[in-house]
Amino acid sequence: MMNEPLLGGMAQTVLDRGEPLLRPGNTNCGGCGMSNLMQMLRRAVADRPVQLIIPACCGAIAAGSFPQSGYGAPTLLTTFASAAAAASGAANVAQLNGEETRVICLAGDGGTYDIGFATMSAAAERNEDILYICYDNEIYGNTGGQRSSATPAGAVTSNTPGGKKEEKKDLMAIMAAHRIPYAASLSLAHADDTMRKLRHALDLKGFRFLHVLSPCPTGWKSEPALGIELVRLAVRSGIFPVFEVFDGQRHQINIEPDFSDEALEMYLSLQRRFQRSGLKAADLRPAIDRHWQNLRVLSGRIVPAKRV
Amino acid sequence: MKGELLSANHAAALAATLAARANRFGRGFCSGVYPITPSTECMEFLCNQTIEKGKVVRVESEHSAMGVCIGAAAAGARSFTATASNGLAYMAENCVAAASLRLPIVLTVANRTLGPPWNIWADHGDALMLRDLGLIQFYCADNQEVFDTVLAAFRLAEDPRVLMPVMVCMEGFILSHTVAQTDVPSQEEVDAFLPPTRVPQQLGTTPHSLGQIELPRQTEAHRKQHHEAMRGAQAVLDEVCAEFERTFQRELPGAVVPYSMEDAETVIVSLGTMGLTAERVVNRLRERGQKVGALRVRLFRPLPVQELRRQLAGKRRLAVLDRDLSVGLGGILWCELRGIADPGALVQNYLTGLGGGDVCPEHLERILEDLCSRSEAGDPVFLEDL
Repeated sequence: MMNEPLLGGMAQTVLDRGEPLLRPGNTNCGGCGMSNLMQMLRRAVADRPVQLIIPACCGAIAAGSFPQSGYGAPTLLTTFASAAAAASGAANVAQLNGEETRVICLAGDGGTYDIGFATMSAAAERNEDILYICYDNEIYGNTGGQRSSATPAGAVTSNTPGGKKEEKKDLMAIMAAHRIPYAASLSLAHADDTMRKLRHALDLKGFRFLHVLSPCPTGWKSEPALGIELVRLAVRSGIFPVFEVFDGQRHQINIEPDFSDEALEMYLSLQRRFQRSGLKAADLRPAIDRHWQNLRVLSGRIVPAKRV
Repeated sequence: MKGELLSANHAAALAATLAARANRFGRGFCSGVYPITPSTECMEFLCNQTIEKGKVVRVESEHSAMGVCIGAAAAGARSFTATASNGLAYMAENCVAAASLRLPIVLTVANRTLGPPWNIWADHGDALMLRDLGLIQFYCADNQEVFDTVLAAFRLAEDPRVLMPVMVCMEGFILSHTVAQTDVPSQEEVDAFLPPTRVPQQLGTTPHSLGQIELPRQTEAHRKQHHEAMRGAQAVLDEVCAEFERTFQRELPGAVVPYSMEDAETVIVSLGTMGLTAERVVNRLRERGQKVGALRVRLFRPLPVQELRRQLAGKRRLAVLDRDLSVGLGGILWCELRGIADPGALVQNYLTGLGGGDVCPEHLERILEDLCSRSEAGDPVFLEDL
């Protein structure tokens, strides 16, 4: 069933891929951002032939148990650190055989930011013909919610009981530094922008990186029905910048935040992971400002004078 | 057929190149490679070949090298990589995946000591660490054997009754860097020997998942299938050897290589190049009237239990040479042979050439003196202590 509000009120149409990419009855938690993403990816993929390469992550569980398959596309489950390597193999073989198959890596933040980082960085450096999608729930969700280098400062995880001290790794900057053809961050709350980016990324050749902030009600200790709203608040407050980078050069900011403390406070207060550490909007604001200052410079916009 | 001067590393790479080109009418060839001493020259050679419908991906680690091979084989291509020592240890996780996904990948290993402390010389411990993972393992004794076994490994791995990775091991430097005259067949002959690769479980257009979650009973069933397929690989190897001989007019040794075994009372059993040293010692001692034989185990997984039992029937004294050590127990070949030798036989383990130590005929003569002076087997003996 298509989630209508998610797709901006659009019902399923004849343009959609007949088979869902993530089939109904899968094991994802209610409110999982990755489930929303897969619905949108289905529409974006349309009739393109695709193969999914998935390392150890919640997505590997969603493949279901043998011999059923949770995915409506040929899928290879790899070891934790190997998605981009296995995808390199599959993509090269498709190319050698003149096939139009789009090879898509679907990986969590653990398999992208941490253990799979070298593999992904190398595949990006080789500019392999891979669409790499990181659904980032900012936590090792599969193993019960430990910190990753994508966990934001102040978030309580099962192994950072007092809240993580360090800031989230800026992966978009790192991927841009690889000068890959396309890198973009995607907001599940902004369907039009996301659909455009998914389609653009599917059509391009070479290494494309998409970063999706993926609500995890189980790990974030948030209300499942509020996932999309949380993403909207993250975008509004500026904590999750939505932008795209072409060839590591041209930076384009896609959605302008209002940088309101109201949105940031709301974002924090709706997730119990931020409450136990006593984190306040004011604690995060300097890092957000710094990040955006940099983004403004990169996107060629005039940097606004700092208010005192 | 023409003779070329090749190191075993280059021989393995040339065999892989011919096999790669032979799949140009299939789904092609794709390989992930990463350098490590002493297997580096193998991947270098491969990277310098032109392969029609082939791609060699220069990755950032051995782990990813096997990762690329897994993706390529899962997409239906022929695949190959080469490594050694810590590279193999780093690759091990993906070797498990390749084996359990039943992907026909060929892997050459230039056996080297695991470190640190760093030691680049030959030791079988790296490959034997992967003993139980579901990969077929060959141990070679000369360059021609390396070349031929790599070709045969593709045929064996891709046989629908087998379908699993095959490791072809050669001792680092002793073989990998030693240049020898090697017969190299023509592309047409290799084309005839290696039909296009077909991976029945390959990713195509039909939705299905490879490598997803299994429940305990399903895993048990798959392990059983894997086990039976590997046991059956011995019979398939016999067919492959026969086909090899028909195609290339050259014999390819099978699972074990017996030498003067018929009337032997004392037998030296070993893996790899030490088997050739043992054969020379057998010649010397036979001249002195001693009834000595040598048995070289070429196929270590599946272990050719029946063939070994047949060869060792009635043999009273065995010197089992191990260029490897299961620390706290003894040599790995010895551990496996104890259950196969005659119940009354004296099976003594000698740890020879650990960390690449040179094993000379004189060492083996000392070992046989020690063996003959014994009334019963004792703890494994280090060559140092003889």
